[in-house]
Amino acid sequence: MTALCEIRGLSVAYPGASVPALDGIDLDIRAGERLAVIGESGSGKSTLACALAGLLPDGARVEGGMRWAAGSPPRPGRDLGFVFQDPAASLNPVLTIGEQVGEGARRHLGLSRRQALSLAVEMLEKVRLPDPGKVAKAFPHQLSGGQRQRVAIAAALAAKPGMLIADEATSALDMVVQAEIVALLDDLVRAAGMTLLFITHDIALASGFADRVAIFRKGALVETGPTRTVLAAPAAAYTKTLIASHRDLATPPLIHEAAP
Amino acid sequence: MTLLVAEGLCKRYAAGRGVTALDGVSLHLSPGETLGLAGASGSGKSTLARVLTRLAEPDTGSIRFAGEDWLALSGAPLRRRRARMQMVFQDVLGAFNPRATVASALEDPLRIHAVVPKGERAREVAALLDRVGLPAAYAGRSIREVSGGERQRIAIARAIATHPALIVLDEAVSALDVSVREKILELLVTLQEERGIAYLFVSHDLSVLAAVAHRIAVMEAGRIVETGPTSRVIADPQSPAARALVRAVPRLVIE
Repeated sequence: MTALCEIRGLSVAYPGASVPALDGIDLDIRAGERLAVIGESGSGKSTLACALAGLLPDGARVEGGMRWAAGSPPRPGRDLGFVFQDPAASLNPVLTIGEQVGEGARRHLGLSRRQALSLAVEMLEKVRLPDPGKVAKAFPHQLSGGQRQRVAIAAALAAKPGMLIADEATSALDMVVQAEIVALLDDLVRAAGMTLLFITHDIALASGFADRVAIFRKGALVETGPTRTVLAAPAAAYTKTLIASHRDLATPPLIHEAAP
Repeated sequence: MTLLVAEGLCKRYAAGRGVTALDGVSLHLSPGETLGLAGASGSGKSTLARVLTRLAEPDTGSIRFAGEDWLALSGAPLRRRRARMQMVFQDVLGAFNPRATVASALEDPLRIHAVVPKGERAREVAALLDRVGLPAAYAGRSIREVSGGERQRIAIARAIATHPALIVLDEAVSALDVSVREKILELLVTLQEERGIAYLFVSHDLSVLAAVAHRIAVMEAGRIVETGPTSRVIADPQSPAARALVRAVPRLVIE
């Protein structure tokens, strides 16, 4: 697979911070892959997402850089879709769902208002919202958190970008909804042959569908490789710790005795 | 003896379309026991936590706590009894006065419930910090300058300050990194073993409840649709809601 983006020696420091948010990152993002960026708070994983999307705040000091195969950085909304943790923050409360989902496509693909609305309804159907025509006329506050995240995905994909960045897109959702959204993202990205950068603190969630993983800690890239290889034979001590601290239903409980 | 018995709790929120948040919920909890309350968003589990802690009033139903009619209490007697039923929430920063120091956050319950004489409060604060694994020097820090995991330890210290019989934990570890979360769960289990505290542990994450709960109750649409010993609910879930919760836990795929 060819590299969609070559990241070389990328460092990012925020004004006033004593340590850099990212420190000399070398990483290739390959066209069409599902790459999971895994890290705990303060690992720099969201800073990487912002750097890729050109969304770093003013005043951030950047060294090194990114070389895009296309020759120029992707245009957010057109070449690059973005789904954040909190869909409420990325949706405008006073616009209808249909207007927001169609907005990017209208701007970037030159659609008329009517065409954009019809595309929006089509996208809402793609993200498996029941009664998409009705949802298109609704406002964000009328939907549940899981439904809003589906809307955010529909909006991010409406202009048919080649790459999607999902930054903790399921962490604010309950587990049942999280499982549904992850399955949805996986299906949509596969069907469209898109590149997915899936940013998460949950190594198990990533292990279910990512082709490759990149483990971040305190601004550094600790380890990267095919998901299967890294999970079966982690090279870095930190990766081993992450795997060991994972808890699922097969993990022995912490309580020692039956109910008192 | 049963510590907490709730029967037939109902609550409708009048706003919007008159959503039924609780629809005839009954449960019981023994001293030193952890009941895990599982369910998806909107299932009513947080409303139940708020009703049990008297942050919200049920429309109908009864609650007996430590042998008393818990819903009949009000005013000063209720404030006094609150020492025996404490809470820890997910958003710990929101649960503290942002200008508070660690010491003042821990001194408040000691003062309000007269747990120790005034002259011994500083020593008690140091003992509480030590109990939750934080250095005594943290007393002088601002609540805002400690990490999320440390703040959750302080919230636990504040909860145990008044020697409660029950702590209601509402998504108390959901926002924490996995390594930090494991340490907090271990702390909670140790405190339970030492002090015989009962926990009502609300979470949408069954893997957390599997670690700490003796029994699990699964909520859906304001009702408890399944309840049983933790190992049984996880190995053999009976209701669609419990099966969905079991299926949703991400498994580490190692081939």
